[in-house]
Order: sequence, then C-alpha cells, then structure tokens
Amino acid sequence: MNQENEANRNPFVNGALKLYVLLAYLFVFAPILASFVFSFNSDRFPSIPLGDFSTEWYRAVAADPLVWEGLRNTLLVGVVVGVISTALGFGAAYTDYRYHFMGKQVYLALALLPPTIPVVIMGLAMLAFLSRVNLSGDALAVIIAHVVICAPFAMAVIRLRLSQMDPSLEPAAWNLGASEWAAMRHVVIPFCRPAILGALFVTMAVSFDEFAIAWFVSGLNETLPVKVLGFLQGQVSPRINAIGTFVFVTTMTLLILAQLLLGRPDATEKE
Amino acid sequence: MRRPVSLYGLTFSLPLLIWQLLFFVFPLVFLIALSFWTVRNFRMQADFDTVNWTTMYGRAIFWQAYGTTLALAAGAAVLTSLLAFPVAYAIAFKLSDRARRWAIMLMVIPFFTSYLVRVYSWQVFLSDAGLINVMLGWVGLGPYGLLNTPGATLLGFVTLAFPLVVLLQLFSLIFIDRTLIEAAHNMRCGRLRTVFAVVIPSARVGLVIAALFAFILSFGDFVSPIYLGGGDPTTLSILITDTTKSGQQWPRAAVIALTMIVTLMVVAFLSIRFAYRGRK
Repeated sequence: MNQENEANRNPFVNGALKLYVLLAYLFVFAPILASFVFSFNSDRFPSIPLGDFSTEWYRAVAADPLVWEGLRNTLLVGVVVGVISTALGFGAAYTDYRYHFMGKQVYLALALLPPTIPVVIMGLAMLAFLSRVNLSGDALAVIIAHVVICAPFAMAVIRLRLSQMDPSLEPAAWNLGASEWAAMRHVVIPFCRPAILGALFVTMAVSFDEFAIAWFVSGLNETLPVKVLGFLQGQVSPRINAIGTFVFVTTMTLLILAQLLLGRPDATEKE
Repeated sequence: MRRPVSLYGLTFSLPLLIWQLLFFVFPLVFLIALSFWTVRNFRMQADFDTVNWTTMYGRAIFWQAYGTTLALAAGAAVLTSLLAFPVAYAIAFKLSDRARRWAIMLMVIPFFTSYLVRVYSWQVFLSDAGLINVMLGWVGLGPYGLLNTPGATLLGFVTLAFPLVVLLQLFSLIFIDRTLIEAAHNMRCGRLRTVFAVVIPSARVGLVIAALFAFILSFGDFVSPIYLGGGDPTTLSILITDTTKSGQQWPRAAVIALTMIVTLMVVAFLSIRFAYRGRK
C-alpha cells in the first residue's frame, strides 16, 4: 500500500498537500465549532471578542414550551421512522441479496433513488399528495415522508453486511432441515444484527436533522429542525446554537453507538 | 436459487416496493396532474388547463431564477470538485491506513450536523460585524458586505456538498489500479502529468458522479440562497417555497418543481453519459 510513494516523494509537495487537507477540515468544522462556542456566549449578535460565558441561550431554549413540543415530535417521528425504515430497508436488501428477477434494476432504483430528489420538490409533492388524503399537518405525514428518504439508507447499510455473508450459509441451514423462515430467524437476522441496529441509528439520525420536507408537511406539529428554521427566519438566533449543540451531541451519541455495534468496517470481513 | 415468487420472498420485497410506489412515485406523478389544476377563489380544483404553465413560462422572473439557479449550481459543482480533489487525492495516496480511516470518519460527521445550524454559523462569520470583518479590521481592511451576496450562497452550497464530494472522489481514487500509477512513474511521467493523464481519467466516473451530486444538492437547496444570499437574485427553490407557503398557488409551484426535475434528469443523463464515454 505504501510503495506508491516510491517515485513520488517530494517532501515539499506532500507537506503542502497535507496542509491543504488540514485547512479543508478546518473549513468543514469551523461552522460546527463556532456554533458550539457561541452557544455559551452571552452576546445577542455573536462575534469576537467573545462576550461572557453564559448558559442563557440554553435556558431560553429550555423555557420555551414549543421547543419541548418540537423535541417530542422529533423523537417520536425519529423512532417510528427508524423502525419502519429499517424493516423496509432490510427486506429490500435481502431481496437484492437473494433474488434475481425481471425488473430488479427498477426495484433497486426505487429503493435507492429517493434521497437524490431535491427536498423542496419532495416536500411539495408530499404536501400536495398528503393533503388530498387529509394527512398533511400531522406527525404521521412527517413519518410517511421521512421513511421514503430514510429507507434507502437502511437498505444501503444492511446490504453492505449481507454482501459479507457466505452465500452457502443459508442453503446449509435449509439442507439441515430448516425452513426458509427458520433460516431467516436463526441465521440471516443474527448475522445482520449489528447492521440492523446500525441502520436503526443512522435512519433516526437522518430523520432528526431533516427540516425541509418536515417544514412542508408538518403544519402545526413542528419538529425541532423546523423550529430551528423558524428561529433562523425570526432572528432570535443564538438559540439556534444551543439547540444545534444539543442535537449534535445527541446525534453523535447515536452514531458512536452505531459505530460500536457495526464494529470496524474492515474488521468484520470474516466471522 | 428457488423460484422467486413465494410468500416468503414477497414478505421481504413487497413492503418497500409498496411504500415507495405509494409515497414516492405517486406523489411525484401527482405533481404532473396538479400542474394542470386551476385555483379559483383560493381553492384548488381538478382541471385540465395549461394556464399555470403559460403563466409561469411567460414570466421574466421565472427564467431569471432558472438562469441564476443553473449558474449557481454549476458553479458550486465545479468549485466543490476543484476544492475537494486535492483533499481526496491526499487522503487516498498520502496518508497511512490509520490516518485515512480517521479522515473518512471525520468527513462523515458533517452529514449528521444540522445544515441549518452551519448556515447560521456562516452568518455569524460573514455579517458586517462578524468574525471575518472583525479580523480584517485588525489589519485595517473592510468592513466588506459579505453576507447577502452570490458568493455567500456559493459558500453555503460548498458547505453542503463538500463532505459528500470528498468521500465520493476518495472512493473512486482508492480503487484505481495502482500498478497504472507505478507504470507511469517508471516511464518517468511527472507528478502532475500522472495526475492528469492517469489518475483523473481512471477515476473519471466517480469524479463526474461526485460533481453531479454537488449540482443536485445545490440546485434544490433553498436555505443558502435565502439566509446567505439574501434571497436576491431569487432561485427556483425559493420560488417554490414562496409560491407554496404564501397562498394556494400549488399548481404553479408544481410547474416549477417539474421543470426542476426535468432539468435534473437531463443534467444527470448527460453527465453519466460523459462519465462512461468510451467505456464498456
């Protein structure tokens, strides 16, 4: 792996490249870090030099009943979306792993494409459609819409795991007399368990952050990110940092859990 | 493999299919019908009238927004690709395996931080009394009006697309056949020439797909154009949110949305054809 540098070592160029990488990561993390720092800053219009250390934005957020309601909606939606998306995604990933059939390309396209459609368009389409069937303005509307964009992520994660499964494992179980259902329960699902849990957390994390479609269809049942969009419009802004930091810590916790469950991606090759 | 149609198989394959047909395909198809509906006295009614299409396409603001959106999204795709490539290249070829794993993991984190929070954070950086102008003030420059400019919109788009583009480029670079690069070096092909003559052509598919994703993300984003660009010049996504949220002009918003979908499909088709040109 490391021999490709053989004819290619110019310490100056390599140093410059590495410096550039560092700057790029700085660019990526600058807004995230700034939001963290300013969430503890007393100024209403944050800048430097920093004002005093203060938790007033956290207190302001915590005292806002609408934020709590938003958080409740977000959690409710996120958990339900996670469970449904993971179930649907598992089914699709297993279908892709096990079966060959006519129109499989179309099936896979349907299973993977939704996240590539711009969210404004999805939001409008969902709003128009769901209001025809009297579902818009409901937490259920957000759940339906979020599953559409989250299931593909669940499928991708579980598919990766299934691709590591020995293709003769399932037939071996059948030969030993297990029915397809028994093989599924005792062989396939246990093998995929880490990926299933990983998919659960990833889809929940995606749903927690999604604001655009939710904004279109949620009506008065705003989720927390929709609330943040409202703060952004309303200029009561440093609260955004407090919510942002809180959500960031929550999401990271979920992801680290997912990572621990999935294990190191390249260490699970053989099991 | 057993015969594909069985209760067992359908139990796993059908739920997703049904869900995506009902709640993904159907709503998008419904948009087509909706674009021919009419609005009378603030109420929508089923109809078959081309009035929404002629009204929207007859407006200068629509075409102006179309041009702005295309230019900004194309600019963001090119800019993000150029900025990301050295990063992906360095991660792929210059880092140890361990450092590479860390680099990838760190690049995944932004996907799970709120885009809204990051855009608000850039407002803090760019505003007239914000971080950047204060720092420029220390060396006697500025203040400059950085916020509410197309440049600020682009910054938002790059923020949105950069991590994804780096990762997609990286995955195409990692899978390049390294013997090709060694061969080039053995034949005394210089560093830069190797990049342009060997690395980029080998990774072309991935690089084009990465740029395409940057284009798609920027084309549909309404947050940066509003909160960093100040909403002026307006973009198609802003037109959709305005048309939808203020009043009942959903059919007109559907016209804009369908125009965007067709544009995206054409751009995606062309770039994928370009990516695979001369390949089998």
